[in-house]
Amino acid sequence: MDFDLMITSFPKLLGATVVTLKLLSASLFFGLFLGLFFAILRLNKNIFINKFAYGYSYIFRGTPLLVQIFIIYFGLGQIEYLRTTFLWVILKEPYWCAIIAFTLNTGAYTSEILRSAFQTIKPGIIEAGKSLGISNKIIFYKIQIPIAIRQSLPAYGNEIILMMKGTSLASTVTLMDLTGVAKYIISTTFKPIEVFIVAGGIYLFMTFIIHNVIKYLEKKYSFQQ
Amino acid sequence: MELLAFGKTGWGDELFYATLMTVAVSVTAMLVGFLFALIFTPLKLSKYKTLNLVGNFYTTVIRGVPELLVIYLFFFGGSGAIMYVASIFGYYEYIEINAFITGSMAIGIISGAYSTEVFRGAIQSIDKGQFEAAKVLGINKFGQFYKIILPQMLRLAIPNLSNVWQITLKDTSLISVTGLVEIMRQSYIAAGSTRDPLFFYSFAAVLYLLLTYVSMKLINKLEVKYSRGY
Repeated sequence: MDFDLMITSFPKLLGATVVTLKLLSASLFFGLFLGLFFAILRLNKNIFINKFAYGYSYIFRGTPLLVQIFIIYFGLGQIEYLRTTFLWVILKEPYWCAIIAFTLNTGAYTSEILRSAFQTIKPGIIEAGKSLGISNKIIFYKIQIPIAIRQSLPAYGNEIILMMKGTSLASTVTLMDLTGVAKYIISTTFKPIEVFIVAGGIYLFMTFIIHNVIKYLEKKYSFQQ
Repeated sequence: MELLAFGKTGWGDELFYATLMTVAVSVTAMLVGFLFALIFTPLKLSKYKTLNLVGNFYTTVIRGVPELLVIYLFFFGGSGAIMYVASIFGYYEYIEINAFITGSMAIGIISGAYSTEVFRGAIQSIDKGQFEAAKVLGINKFGQFYKIILPQMLRLAIPNLSNVWQITLKDTSLISVTGLVEIMRQSYIAAGSTRDPLFFYSFAAVLYLLLTYVSMKLINKLEVKYSRGY
């Protein structure tokens, strides 16, 4: 055991954790809206809209995240037309490519989580809202969405943790996130176990915090108070 | 379509073999995972606190750390660890482990953590009376597990195991970083030499979708088979 290496690599890895957290928070933020949007499309009665939303979630859940990042980072740059538009400013940066890929991926999972949450809301609750003369729009925003968010908290907590692990793939498109820096230190020092303990420890610590925050929120917003 | 031709001119046969490799790694990893689950599920369900701790440590660490980091640990540390063990037995030559073994071990350990959780959940949801009835009938421990608990457990575990299979199948794409030629690696090579990454990575995505679709259909059949009594 090389404890000196563990101590000297800790600040470097901690610095890289910032990149990981930035990627995670940005993709979760955009992914939540995307997921909500597609969950609403899934509940639409129009079969084409419905199938379109299902196709989106099926494709992004059925393929590895690595393929998605590679298509966006390596693949989209190949289209000549894209290079001339303003989109190229975003798509040439690996940072934004990673965020786009993560957003699309987490959006697909989030849409499934939210859809099942919407479907478990008892019809009686909506009927109660209607009989009180509340408009459909308000029922949706003030009754259905809050209940759905509460219902989906446990599953969404898992999704956050999965996404946190997913951000490690940013290292494959040259970003120096926690895994990227860990790999760099391993390949220069050939001490995989020491670096794994430190980097894995940081990841576990983040998992622990996310897990407990979700648990706290679940308790706070539980129906039985 | 020329790019996908079989033979020397196209990448069709290469991608076909790469798909077989992905399936082979996934199946091996899944079996390795079952082996780990077989060891760690009893530990997690044990009466003894220390054994529980060991079981929980395994599932928590593996499920909380990115798959890529575990793969790097095996890739860079695998042959070192084997050589260290060999040196105890007096063998000092350089040992290189095959990328297939490294990859399926790494993915297997990850998949094992998920399988352990699935089996634990399935066993815990079997009615206690089943265990007691088996005991009362004087069936030995092996028969209790094999003839009574296992068949009931499988029915409950199959839907969740199918999720584990999907996760495992998708995780194998990460082994491409170690150089094993599976779908992802082959697409990377093809994309590099034809300068057509969009086509090859999209085709890789289609191959993965095909694999997940076919396996879902097969698993659904299994599910029907194991729940025929209900």
